[in-house]
Amino acid sequence: MRIQLKIWRQQNRSKSGQLVNYDLPDVNPDMSFLEMLDTLNERLVRQRERPVEFDHDCREGICGQCGMMINGRAHGPLSNTTTCQLHMRAFRDGDTIYVEPFRATAFPVKCDLKVDRSAFDRIIQAGGYTSASTGGAPEANSIPIAHDVAEAAFDAAACIGCGACVATCKNSSAALFTAAKITHLALLPQGKIEGRQRVRRMVRQMDSEGFGHCSNTEACQVECPQQISVLHIARMNWEYNRSLAM
Amino acid sequence: MSNSDLDPETNLSLVDGPVENPDITPTSKEAVELRPAKNWLSGTLSQKNLMALTGLFLCLFLVVHLLGNLQLLLPKEAAQWQFNFYSKLLSENIFIHLISYLLFATIVAHAVYALLITIRNRRAHGTRYEYDRRGVSSKWYSRKMGLLGTVILFFLIIHLRDFWYEVQFGHLPIDKDGQEDLYTLVVTVYRSGWYVLIYVLCMVALGYHLLHGFFSAARTLGVCHPRFVGWVRVIGWIYSVGISAGFALVPIYVHFALS
Repeated sequence: MRIQLKIWRQQNRSKSGQLVNYDLPDVNPDMSFLEMLDTLNERLVRQRERPVEFDHDCREGICGQCGMMINGRAHGPLSNTTTCQLHMRAFRDGDTIYVEPFRATAFPVKCDLKVDRSAFDRIIQAGGYTSASTGGAPEANSIPIAHDVAEAAFDAAACIGCGACVATCKNSSAALFTAAKITHLALLPQGKIEGRQRVRRMVRQMDSEGFGHCSNTEACQVECPQQISVLHIARMNWEYNRSLAM
Repeated sequence: MSNSDLDPETNLSLVDGPVENPDITPTSKEAVELRPAKNWLSGTLSQKNLMALTGLFLCLFLVVHLLGNLQLLLPKEAAQWQFNFYSKLLSENIFIHLISYLLFATIVAHAVYALLITIRNRRAHGTRYEYDRRGVSSKWYSRKMGLLGTVILFFLIIHLRDFWYEVQFGHLPIDKDGQEDLYTLVVTVYRSGWYVLIYVLCMVALGYHLLHGFFSAARTLGVCHPRFVGWVRVIGWIYSVGISAGFALVPIYVHFALS
């Protein structure tokens, strides 16, 4: 199949970028989107041009590295997938595909499609942990946790921090990411101990990184590869309001 | 931590407790610490709380306002006496005056904070996408709350000029029972087809604004249990359709049945 690409090329953070056209006449429909970019990069290297830089790691949908906007949607036209799980069969022969980096003031573009998502790391550093002594492993049944509570905490913990929620949000809000990390620990007895400080620290860090407000449009939930529920955001709000009130 | 606490061979801590690793201390743009409550109003969640609380107060007001308006659907003679009596009752009550000041303050706060939030969000987004199809993953009215709110503000200005201003500062005729005749003013204004059309369109905007606003306010205040979330959706739909249809019904009825 023949694909026309319009890729955002930007040499570094300080230079301005623009969309550049690439024509790929022979794309295999069974290629993943990243493999298609690999073939483009091989061609660019042979032509002694600078290859397109993009983040990727596991290529099996669990690491959250391969974030990019494809045809105006985070991770491409399919809902709840990462870019590496998107295949060229999702497009038609002769299609023009726009590929842009995730856009948010808190995610500055480093090069081409690569963005700096370290703002997420700093939110985690602000409180996304328990200050527990990690001595010998304790007896597992000494702290009883109901099955559904454990499942709910694990659903929140499934967040891979890919940043699609921020990229797809009209306000570039990091509410879904921060909420997932807060809920994951807020539900478990080990996390409840520091719950009050955690939610205030992480929300404050989220604000100081320059993310926007949550408008509850629920777009993030549609694009999230891990289908993290927006109800976690409501729980974060609940925990935050409770921490202010008590 | 002093060096004596470290194992000389592995360089790991010998004592239990959090290890101060310089690599994992926050490298934030702003130091992370618990601040006193003095500047809590500047946080994103607090600003949204304020939007939610002012919005819900205005939701409550709309119910009271609609109940008053429904008196206009009574038969002509009864409606005229009833509505003018109701108007007199409200304008002479000191509590209603106090609540009206609170109401104006709430509307101003809701609008000003909406503006502040929008400015911050524009800044947070920064560069636009060259090709943007993000709209497919959310409902249009959830993304256009600012636009819908502006339509409602525009409507409020016309509405206050035509009725509130006339009652406060204008000279209303006196009806046969000796009361100020707000009823006749309302009927006269609703004779204009254009006015009724604009009124109804603004009520459609209000309906969509309420549909997202009521639900969003509940989320912002932290209603997260799946059962309550379902109720909020249902109540939000009934409330929004009821309020906007109820308000729109009055000018349509007056326009077509009384003139």
